Amino acid sequence: MERDFTARGHHDMGGLDGGEIDRAEHDYALWEKRVDALMMLCTNRLKLMTVDQLRKGIEALPPEAYDEMTYYERWISSVTNTLLERGVFTADELGAKMEEVRARYPDGVMPGGAAGGGC
Amino acid sequence: MPRFAVGDRVRVHKQFPPTPPSHIRTPYYIRGLSGTVERICGAFKNPEELAFGRPGTPEVPLYRVRFRQKDVWPDYDGNEADKIEIEIFEFWLDAAGDGA
Amino acid sequence: MSGNHHDRHHHGHDHDHLHPYDPEHHHPHRPDQDDTMTYYRLMEEAVRELMIEKGLVTPDDIRAEVEAMDARVPANGAKVVARAWTDPDFKKRLIETPKEAIAEAGHDIGPMKLVVLENTPEVHNVVVCTLCSCYPRWILGIPPDWYKSRSYRSRVVREPRAVLKEFGTEIAGDREVRVHDSTADMRYFVLPMRPAGTDGMSEEDLAALVHRDAMIGVTEVSGAR
Repeated sequence: MERDFTARGHHDMGGLDGGEIDRAEHDYALWEKRVDALMMLCTNRLKLMTVDQLRKGIEALPPEAYDEMTYYERWISSVTNTLLERGVFTADELGAKMEEVRARYPDGVMPGGAAGGGC
Repeated sequence: MPRFAVGDRVRVHKQFPPTPPSHIRTPYYIRGLSGTVERICGAFKNPEELAFGRPGTPEVPLYRVRFRQKDVWPDYDGNEADKIEIEIFEFWLDAAGDGA
Repeated sequence: MSGNHHDRHHHGHDHDHLHPYDPEHHHPHRPDQDDTMTYYRLMEEAVRELMIEKGLVTPDDIRAEVEAMDARVPANGAKVVARAWTDPDFKKRLIETPKEAIAEAGHDIGPMKLVVLENTPEVHNVVVCTLCSCYPRWILGIPPDWYKSRSYRSRVVREPRAVLKEFGTEIAGDREVRVHDSTADMRYFVLPMRPAGTDGMSEEDLAALVHRDAMIGVTEVSGAR
């Protein structure tokens, strides 16, 4: 059988050897549920984006980022990029708001996610 | 109108779309293989267009295609009868015409 | 994947009332998720506030969506299964017109296009989404972590019997295993087989036997407890 196409997306993993399945589960945190809620509102009600745009944004992540980020980190990253592309808010607005939020957490912000599970 | 009927033999296109970035819903592992139409799911907006914020119309027929696991994985060691079923949009399919 | 559980001891030390602080024996403390601010949590908070300031959503909209998702739990699916086990006409409707049948059972599956896969003595069905994590969330809620993992997504299409075995599920060699990869607009719900020894059980008691993993197809429902 010659399946000789040369490229497959990093997300397109059917048939690879993924190792043993870790069946540990975590309860979803409120912020994760809010990401889910925001996505539902943006697609179903506001029609600001489609689930395929969400997927495209996730698939465009570099492989290392795709593997390291948690599930809802990938979602919020993709949702935010799509809303920026659509001009729902500007990069300057987002930057200013992120600084404002950051200032609420004087103990600092960790670079990645600790509230996690489920890449 | 859907081009294929339930029971038709179809072959999945083998190519990788030429100009990334793209967004496709036909997994790598099934491309180039032949299976049988299990059901017609209806017509849906084209995800390859929707992914870029375009309207995705006209809608495209979507099929569920059934493959023999032995045809998908040459070293498959389960039951001969084991199957895998996948949704595939019509523009990814050709008539197999191979009786395979 | 959640790397950094350690090195976060900056918060208040109420727990020290119980354990006087001793750096030699300081147990690694996994912080509550609420006290760990991360870059992407910060992004979520910022985007949510921008959307609210622009009048696109209200805090109430977000809350209502979260609550709606919290209400989508596997027990809803379990009730549907138990009803299908006890009412053959309902089972027929569930397979032919899932949205309407599930509405009869009191659940709205929204825009979801559902395919109900009936397990039989001849066929066992199992569901995956190799490309992302499509899941019948309108009836079962948010998928478990393992369903979204690289290991499950990559392997179950190629070696379903081995994967099922990891879940403690041994499928007889002469029974067909059918894997369903959710690649587009349909979502899949497995209707497990009713276990032996459950004759005469009430619908409610039967529903209590049905768990999420059996409706994904990685396990089967075992008999009366």
